Formats: sequence, structure tokens, C-alpha cells
Amino acid sequence: MAARSGKISKDLAFEKASAFFASVVLFLAALLFAVLLRESLPALRKFGASFIVSGTWNPVLERFGALPFIYGTLVSSCLALLIAVPLSVGAAIFINEFAPPWLKAPVSLLAELLAAIPSVIYGLWGIFVLVPILRDVFMKPVTRYLGWIPLFKGPVYGPSMLAAGVLLAIMIIPFILSVTREVLATVPQRQKEAVLSLGGTRWEMLRIVIGQHCLPGIFGATVLGLGRALGETMAVTMVIGNRPEIFSSVFQQGYSMAAVIANEFAEADGLQLSSLILIGLLLMLVTLAVNLGAKGMLSKMVARAARGI
Amino acid sequence: MTGTITFRRKAADRVMKWVFYLCALLVVLPLFLIFFDLVIKGAKELRWSLLVDLPRPVGEPGGGIANGILGTIVITLLTMTWSVPVAVMSGIYLAEYGRGKFASAVRFAVDTLTGVPSIIMGIFAYILLVLPMKRFSAWAGAAALSMIFIPVVVRTTEDMLRTVPMMVREAALALGIAQWKTTLRITVRTAWPGILTGILLAMSRIIGETAPLLFTALGNQFWQSHLDQPMAAVPLQVFTYAISPYEDWHDKAWAGALVLITMVLLINIAARVLTREKR
Amino acid sequence: MRNFFRILTGIAAAAVLSLAATTGAAADPLMINGAGATFPYPLYSKWFYEYSNANPGVRFNYQSIGSGGGIKQITAGTVDFGASDAPMKEKEMAKLPGPILHLPMAMGAVVVVYNLDKVESGLKLTPDLLAGIFLGKITRWNDPRIAERNKTVALPNADIVVAHRSDGSGTTDIFTNYLAAVNTEWRAKVGQGKAVNWPLGIGGKGNEGVSGVVKQTPGAIGYVELAYARQNKMSVAALRNKEGHFVEPTLEATSAAAAAAAKTMPDDYRVSIVDAPGKDSYPIAGLTWLLVYKDQRDEAKGKALVQFLKWAIHDGQKMEAALDYAPLPKSVVEKMDKTLRRINYKGKSLY
Repeated sequence: MAARSGKISKDLAFEKASAFFASVVLFLAALLFAVLLRESLPALRKFGASFIVSGTWNPVLERFGALPFIYGTLVSSCLALLIAVPLSVGAAIFINEFAPPWLKAPVSLLAELLAAIPSVIYGLWGIFVLVPILRDVFMKPVTRYLGWIPLFKGPVYGPSMLAAGVLLAIMIIPFILSVTREVLATVPQRQKEAVLSLGGTRWEMLRIVIGQHCLPGIFGATVLGLGRALGETMAVTMVIGNRPEIFSSVFQQGYSMAAVIANEFAEADGLQLSSLILIGLLLMLVTLAVNLGAKGMLSKMVARAARGI
Repeated sequence: MTGTITFRRKAADRVMKWVFYLCALLVVLPLFLIFFDLVIKGAKELRWSLLVDLPRPVGEPGGGIANGILGTIVITLLTMTWSVPVAVMSGIYLAEYGRGKFASAVRFAVDTLTGVPSIIMGIFAYILLVLPMKRFSAWAGAAALSMIFIPVVVRTTEDMLRTVPMMVREAALALGIAQWKTTLRITVRTAWPGILTGILLAMSRIIGETAPLLFTALGNQFWQSHLDQPMAAVPLQVFTYAISPYEDWHDKAWAGALVLITMVLLINIAARVLTREKR
Repeated sequence: MRNFFRILTGIAAAAVLSLAATTGAAADPLMINGAGATFPYPLYSKWFYEYSNANPGVRFNYQSIGSGGGIKQITAGTVDFGASDAPMKEKEMAKLPGPILHLPMAMGAVVVVYNLDKVESGLKLTPDLLAGIFLGKITRWNDPRIAERNKTVALPNADIVVAHRSDGSGTTDIFTNYLAAVNTEWRAKVGQGKAVNWPLGIGGKGNEGVSGVVKQTPGAIGYVELAYARQNKMSVAALRNKEGHFVEPTLEATSAAAAAAAKTMPDDYRVSIVDAPGKDSYPIAGLTWLLVYKDQRDEAKGKALVQFLKWAIHDGQKMEAALDYAPLPKSVVEKMDKTLRRINYKGKSLY
């Protein structure tokens, strides 16, 4: 009896200890929210809900509104995810399943190394390499022939929403690629063999196995990638054009919430500072909303995959 | 009829294989481009003096980022000292015990934190630590970085632990091993490669972070290893060099970035070697 | 074997951390921290390097976080001195715990750069042309209003792509200060400030960002500090000054503007020298200041600070020209010598 209760109390102690650490994380998030709320009160009180729909950003007249930044953040991050997730998952599958084994270690190492490059370097590479190539090889031709479509309207100068989306995609690919590869690697060999031995093709096996086993992990990777895309400052600000206006064309300049905070925080004071922090708070809420939406999508996908079997 | 189905399925299989190949190519191409650009540009200023000298003003030959290298190591180690246990234990809690409202709240919090721009974490640490202490310090820098590190590792740890099949845990428990031992010795060990990847990715990320350090560690031109004073860090120096007007300072910026990824490379290799299981 | 490496790693980590864990010991050289403007960073980094070599007992750590950052940090007391390209406003000075001194150290020029293939440096722009371009009213390079002033130049039929700063900065403050002073429409529509609501244009982060955009975009025009234009070998515009002469941004022209301003230099040195009188004066010039509390809290640090400032306004000035800064006029230096005596610790002058 004594030995059993000793075991149980150790188990309990461990559970409580891990719960304690989890509560530390919760506490930190709550503290962050509280501090941001306190600092953004002056802006909240002055502008109220109109802050979210106003398009003015005038430090001289002290009139601020976050709409162009919210738009820019959502568009550039969506673009980044649209590009990065399919490419990363596809590449991860290729490396794990089709590539020669000696390729795996170098590629995963490359991905981890690239995650360490400071964003200012990505930004520099963006201005001097990516933007000119994107402008001359893609944007200028497309706008000449398809410029009547609002999405591709010119004039094309280089810095643009598209450039930001592509650069962000390149920055988050290492994360999504690494984590997806790890997740794919955890699929038990037996499951794969089972499907193949029943006569399925490689592709069918992958589809089934990913649908059953890997979606939550891939989703987690996507969330991490999205997090970085939403919060990325230096690199984005160097290629997005920093223009607080809303254009329908992705070839036009834009601005993002994280970029405006990074740009103006050092010099801002009073109401402008408060407005910037309010934008930070809104970004937290945007992240929350997007995560919730994505979780909803995920559970639908998991349910559908389960039914498909 | 079976013939057509087989053909379609085979064709789909082949097409998808090429799709994956294309994805891999599109992914590796820009990554390689950046990497090589970095190596070529960084190699120009990469000499011994870069690694052992203190920064020198423009126009002076030599000059380096030695104090930044030490500072980055110190601040990163400091951050990870408390962040790794907090994050991994939280991930364990969420994966092994996390079923109620509290766990959902924690997951909520973690996912939200991953989207907060790093500069906000810097502002947070500035308000809570720098202002009351009336000084910039390595402590504040580490505090800001841990707010970026912890959510990432909690997420990856939980996800990796969840991929361990229930069977493994059940087998261990059936053998009479205590729950907490099962979790630590068996489940975590099984998921360890993935967990380590998460930790290393997060570490890579914070080694390269600039914005959170701007208003916390501030930076330093000299040797400074006390934790309660402004401390140099390579990303800060890279940033200062990158936004300057001088060509040779730009080259130093690239060289600094090269130093950063070399540090990450070494740590990666060391970590994998030290924790490799004998099969 | 593996365990040995594990232990070694553990010891190494512990060693690094314990080395760092000791708080500032008395035997270390005196460390004085300052932060602020990026514009004088190359100059200050040279000064502090030379001064620390000559005076090994004291170290000045200066970090460029921007003029506003310098003002905020010196107000909060997290640094020992600040640096700014824009003088503090009354509102900001009201928040200070004690009286502060603005000490000018050097002057620089904000130049207008452009990227036009066949057009060399020296394109003539009047205040109204400049304002018109940045307001978006003049949109093409071969606009007759520009051509009229530049009859010998072949202007292309291309869009003018405006580039400006996306981050708050002293450079923007000086530039918009100038435009507001010389153009009533700019003053009414946009105004002056470290950050303003630009009518149009691409925002570049930092001087580097703006020069990057201009260099990369044919037909672009922007404003940057002189050092960036010279280092990147960019074409600069000749601006018409108060007397009606078109002047290119050179050190001589900046010094001329400073000399003209020195005649009416107020006692607290908080003055703008844009659109300065004098036929050789470059119209967009500005001072950069160090912000130091009159009443120092720490005697050792205060004394070291004053010794450095003495050196800076005399010996330090000799290093400025090589780095594209204009030195202070003699009359200003003499005036500052007297001002420095006012810096005190508990009433006793630290000079």
C-alpha cells in the first residue's frame, strides 16, 4: 500500500510540476496582454473602434488608423502561406520519400541554418536581389499583358506586396520544411507498407498516411510559419514599400502592422506611441483569429480524411 | 476496366512524384541562392581579425565583432537556461495531461504568442525591466528572447509528443513503469529528435534576432560580460553595419551573418552528437 | 566518452554564465552609456574610439537607436547622455527630471538624390519644384517647370518615383522643416516632423533604405544624409538657397550655413539652420546635439563626460571633415566652452 501511494504521489508531483510550467507560459501571455492594453489606452480612448477602419496615419495631426496595416499584414501573410505551405510540404515529402538518403541531413541542416539568418540580411537580399528579379522577370511582363486585371495593375516599381509575400515565404519555408519532415518521419513504417501491400501507389499511400497521421503536425508547422510571417518586421519593411494605403494590386506597395511598429517605435511618443502599441495588441488578436479559423479548417480536414478511409 | 483505373492511378502517381520534385527544387533554389550570396559576400571580410577584434570606426582597418560573439553566446545561453525547461515541461503537460479548459487556454496563449512581432517582446521587456532598473542589460535582452523562444518550443514539443503512438506509453505502463517515468524516459526519449529539432530551430531564430535586443541589451562597443550592463550581440552589430553608408561595413554585415550561421551550425552538430542514441 | 563531452559542455556553459553573472566590479574601466541619433554615429564611433585609446580609464558606449530614442532614454534615465538631430520640444523638456543642455557637436547636410540615367549631378531644383514633386503635383521628369530651370539637361519622359523615410528620423525632421519653411502648401498640407503623412511615395527604412530604393529604381528621387550620397556615388541636386543661388551640398556650403547661423545662435543652441542666409549656404543643413543633464547624478561619470566634451569641441572637430561632417564655427566653440562650465555635481562645476 505504501509503495503504491508513493508511486502515485510522484506521478502527481510530476503532473503538478509540468502544469506549473504551463501556467507560467499562460501568465506571461496574460502579462504581455495587460501591459500592451495599458500602454494603448490613450489611443483606445481617443479613437475607439474607428481605429480599425480608419485609413489615416498622420503623426503631425495626431490622427491614426490601422486599416491599411491590417490589410497589408493579412495579404502578405496569406500570400506567404499560399506559397510556402504547399512548397514546403511537397519538398518535405520529396526529401523524405523520394530523395537519396545522403540528401536528408544536408538539407535539414541547411533549413536550420537559414532560420538563423537575421532578418535584416533577408531584407538586404530582398532589396538587392529579389525585388529587381521579381520586377523585371515577373511583374513587368505580367502587368503588360494582364494589367487590366485589378490584381496585377501597375505601375511596377519593385517594392510591393508580392515581394513581401515571396520574401516571407522564403523566410518561413525552413521552419515548415523542418517540422513537416520530422512529422513525416514519425509515420510507422508498417502503416506505409500496409497500404502499399494492398496495391496502393506511392502517391495514394502518402495521401492516406498524411491525412491520417500528419495533418495536426503539419498544421502546427503552418501555425509557426504563420506566426513568423505575421510578426516579421525588418525584412518586410525593406521590400513592401511602406505605403499606408490599400491597393487591390499585389504589385503595388503596402504596409504591415509589424513593419509600422518597427519603423516608428523608436521615434514615437504620446498618442503615436500608444497607437503603435494598440496595433501590436490588434496583431495579437489577428493572430488569435487566424489561428482559430485555421483550427476550424483543420478539424474539418481531419474529419474528412477519417471519413475517406 | 481495371486496366484504365490502374493507368490513371499510375499516371497520378508519376505526376505527383514530379510535383514533389518541383516543390523541392523551388524550395531549395532560393535557399541556396541566399546561402551562396551570404557566403560570397561574407567571405570578403571574413578574416581572423573579425573574430577577435573589437569594433573599430569607419576607415580603420581591421576591427571585428568579437564582443558581439561573446555577447550572443552569453545572452542565448542565459535565455535557454530557463526557457528550455519551462517550454519542454509545458509541452509535456499539454501532450500528456492537457485535456481541460486550462490546457486549452495555454494552447491559445502559446499560439497567440507565436504571432507577436519580436519588437513587441522587446518593448515588453523594456517596460518591465529596463525602465524600473534604469539600465539596459543582458537580463532584459534574454527576457525578450525567451518570449519568442518559449512558444515555439512548447508548440513543437507538444506536437512531437503527440506523434508517439499510445501503444508505446501503454506498453511501458503495462510493464509497471510509473507514469512520470514513462513520460520522461520513454515518451520523451522517443520523440526526442523532433523535440531537439524544435529547440534548435527556436535557438537559431533567437540567435539572429535584432529587434528585441535594440531596447533591452542595447549593444556595446567594448568587452562587457556583466549581465546587468548593456551587452553587444552580433545581430545588433550586423544591423548597424547594414544600415550604414559604407561599403566595407556592408561587407562586415554579411560576414557577421556568416559568423551567426556558423555558430548555429556548430551548435547543431554538437547537439546532435551529444544526444544521439546508440541504435 | 559521450558522457565526458556532456560534462565538458556543462562546465563550459557554467563557466560562461558565472563569468557573466558578477555585477559590475570596481576594477573595470568606467563605462558611460549613450544612445541616440544614427546620423552622427560614424563620427561619434571615431571619437569614442580615439578618446578611449588616449584615456584607458573610461569607455564611452554609444548605440544608434535614433534621435527619438536618444531623447526618450535620456528622459527615462537609462543612459548617461543622449544624442539627437532634432532639438527637444517644450513638451518633451517638460517631462525631464532636471534641466538639460543641448550641445551641438557637428553639422551635416540632407541632400536630394535621384536616379536618372543620362543626368549627372547638379540638377537645379527650386523650393517650389521640390515641394511640388514630393506633394505629387509634378509627376514626370520632363515637366516644363523642371525643364525651365534645367535648359541644358535632357530630361526623360518618365515617372518621378518619390522615395522617403518610413521610419521616424531627424533627417526627415530637417527635410520637412525646410519644405515647410519655403513652401506654404507643404506647410499647410503636410507640415514638419520626424514622421509625417507623406502624400505619396515608397517608404525606405533608414537612410540605407531610401538610398537603396533610389539606386534600384530608375526615375526615383529621395533625400538622404550627405555621407550616403557620397559613399554610394549618387547624383545630387543643386538647391536654390535664400539668396537665389543654386548650391550643391558640399562641406563648404554646409559650413557657410553654419557660420551664418552662428551669428544668431541662441544660448541654448536649440536652433534650426535650414534655409540659412548667405550666398554660399546650402539650404538643408542641420546641427546634431548631445543631450547632457546640467546637474549630474554621478560625480565620476559627470567629470569624465565633461572632460570628453571639452575634447570633442576642440580636438574632436578636426576629425569631422574626413567623415563628411562640417565642424562647428569658432564662435560657437567659444560659447560652448562657457556652457560646459555649467555642468555640475551638487553645485560644483565639473569643468
